[in-house]
Parts: sequence; structure tokens; C-alpha cells
Amino acid sequence: MSETRGQAHDHPKGQWPLYEIFVRSKRGLNHVHVGSLRAADDRMALTHARDLYTRRNEGVSLWAVRSEHIVASTPDEKDPFFEPSGDKVYRHPTFYDIPADVPHI
Amino acid sequence: MPSSASSSPGDTAAAPPREPDLQAHFDRTIARDQRVEPRDWMPEGYRRTLIRQIAQHAHSEIIGMQPEGAWITRAPSLRRKAILFAKVQDEAGHGLYLYSAAETLGADRDDLTDRLIEGRQKYSSIFNYPTPTFADVGVIGWFVDGAAICNQVPLCRSSYGPYARAMVRVCKEESFHQRQGYELLRTMMTGTQAQRDMVQDAVDRWWWPSLMMFGPPDDDSPNSAQSMAWRIKRHSNDELRQKFVDMTVPQAEKLGVTLPDPELKWNEERGHHDFGTPDFSELMRVIKGDGPCNAERMARRRTAHEEGAWVREAAAAHAAKQARREEKERAA
Ligand SMILES: [Fe+2]
Ligand SMILES: [Fe+2]
Repeated sequence: MSETRGQAHDHPKGQWPLYEIFVRSKRGLNHVHVGSLRAADDRMALTHARDLYTRRNEGVSLWAVRSEHIVASTPDEKDPFFEPSGDKVYRHPTFYDIPADVPHI
Repeated sequence: MPSSASSSPGDTAAAPPREPDLQAHFDRTIARDQRVEPRDWMPEGYRRTLIRQIAQHAHSEIIGMQPEGAWITRAPSLRRKAILFAKVQDEAGHGLYLYSAAETLGADRDDLTDRLIEGRQKYSSIFNYPTPTFADVGVIGWFVDGAAICNQVPLCRSSYGPYARAMVRVCKEESFHQRQGYELLRTMMTGTQAQRDMVQDAVDRWWWPSLMMFGPPDDDSPNSAQSMAWRIKRHSNDELRQKFVDMTVPQAEKLGVTLPDPELKWNEERGHHDFGTPDFSELMRVIKGDGPCNAERMARRRTAHEEGAWVREAAAAHAAKQARREEKERAA
């Protein structure tokens, strides 16, 4: 990690690295991606994220993740990557025939 | 989602799709009114036009802090000062949401800043007008943020996902901006005659420049058709201008001010107000750099950037030192 950090600071213009910001809006909910920002280090990423994305009580918890550390699938929705789940209708409850008069199922 | 992720495990798995297929997929996404997301294939023109549109929008938010920011130290009460602080801080936030959206298209943040500072990219002409009185703060909130709302609400459905999402955040905040401005003016209108005159004077100065914010008339707006087809612009300039006029006229009546347009009147047949034509040659002049405050706004922005350089460098140096220390501790 420190290696990639070093690289970011070797940027010719000293541009701060990019962080992706995730906000938990209240207890019981997942953190949700809200956008990105630039910060010199992790601590600054959190304080900037607070000032930028939670000025009106939008959050109770923040995650800041260096963008370059995110591993992503390809964007094409017809990507063969998602194919394995395409033909498994039996994973859904509606696949099963149950008489209408059977209660609570 | 991650703006800069350039490769992924799936990339090498299949043969690269051909451009006509990619174009067809893109066209279908637009036709179905679905969103284009950062790493999707998109035509170069779409990417370029969006970067320019989002960057100019971001620059406008940033420069837009200046006319009102000038009144923070002179606000007449602690309440007004706190409100103005929050409003100007919001505008900074809007700029940052938008720069962040531009970066998802591959734009470089420092490059965008340079383009603004070197005058190679524009910002909204409205911020080149001066704010000589405190009533200007109110009229900016009412007119300028009101016009911004007309412009930005449809952009919440922009075909480009990150831009649309940024607009949703922005629009939520604009409502406060408009309301604080109107409330400020209402307070002044219940004050002395001198205060009422001050409000009317500000209305007279800002009305026409505010109408110009929507850009040139439709028959003189060459790039609009393509932007509409791409759904990165959803209503024409004249449609939005009409909407703003219809929205503002009853508010002006309630406030007790006169909008400085003798041609302004309700047209029963159209169901809209008729109104005069803004001086679009003035708009062109101000866009080209010859407005009352262009030089001042640019100089201020350039100075702020230059004077902040040592802070940015110090923060980067501190982060690098901290990282080296952590590394050493881990090695030990
Ligand atoms: Fe704004
Ligand atoms: Fe605003």
C-alpha cells in the first residue's frame, strides 16, 4: 500500500490520490457509494468526505477506499461473467408449484 | 464506479467486441432511457461533450462562490452570516461533486483546474456581474439559484449516471439556496423605503442576466440537437427560460417588486407569460470575457489556487513521510 502511495505522490504535479466514498445513512443500512474525492492521505479523505457528503446528517459512518484498490467486473451487462446465474430458475421461489390452498408458504 | 480502474479480471476473457456492436448497445441504452455508466463504451463525441458540460458546470459552482462570498464578512447579522457561509460552502460542494463526475469520464482534475484558470474553459456568464449591495445576495438566491433549479432538475435524468446522481444531490441543496434568498428579500421589503429600493434595484440589475443564464435562443444553439439526442440535455434553452419566467412572476408579485420588462404579460392562449428578448449580444460579450467582473473573478480564482499550492504540497509531503514511517515500522 505504501508503495502505491509513494507512486501517487510522485505524480508530476503532486496530485492527491482519488478515494471512493461510501456512506451508511443510518444504523441497519449498508454503506452506499456516493462519489469520489481527492485527499493526500486516509485521514484527510475521511474529514473531506464528512464535509463533502454529510453536511446535512446524511451519514452515521463513512468508508473511504483508494479507487485503485477496487477490483471491478467488466461493465457490459451481457458479460459472460454473470452467465452462470442466468439459467438457474430453480433458485427462485416462483419456480415451485404449490397448490393455492396450502397456507403460509 | 471506481473512476480510474482500467483493467479487471474479465477483460482478457473474451475477444474485444466490435465497434458497431458497441455503438448499437450504446444507442439501445439511450433509447430505453437507461443510464450510461463510467466504464461503458461510449462514442468519443459523447464523452468529450459531457466532460466539457460537466467541467463548465463545476467551474460555475466554484466561481459562483465569489459574488456572494464577498458578503460573508459584511452580513448584517450572525444568522445571515451563518446562512451565507453554509450556502457558499454548498456551492463548493457542488463543484466537487461535479469534478468527481468529470473524473469518471477520464478527465484529469488538475487539468480541469488549469483550463479554468487559463481561461480555456468557460463558466456561467451570470457570475461576472457585481454584488454592490446585500440585496444582491437575496436576488442571487432567488433568481440565480432559481434558474439553476430549472436547469438542473431535468439533468437528474441525464443519460450519464454519475452526472445524474450528482444533480440529485445538488438539487436537494438548491432549494435551501432559493428559499434563503427569497426570505432575505421579504425581510428587506418589510423594512425602510431605502431597503425596498435596494431590493428593486437589485431585481432590475439581475433580471436580464438571469434570463441569459439559459443560453442563446433555440434557433441559435447549434449543439443542442445532438445533446438532446444523447439525453444529456432534456429541454431546450427557450423552454427552460419560459419555465423560469412563469415560475418567477407570481413570486415577484407576492414580494412586491416589479420585473423590469414592459412586454411581460400573461398570455391566456398559450398558458404562459409573454416576455421581452434579452440582449443576447451582451451575453456573447460577457461569455467572451468582457463582462463587468470577468477579470476580477479569474484573478481571484488564480490567486486562491496559487496561494493554496504550499498547503497542497505540504499535505502531500506529510502523507509521503507518514507512509515511509509506517513502512519502516512494518519492516522492523
Ligand atoms: Fe450550486
Ligand atoms: Fe446554489
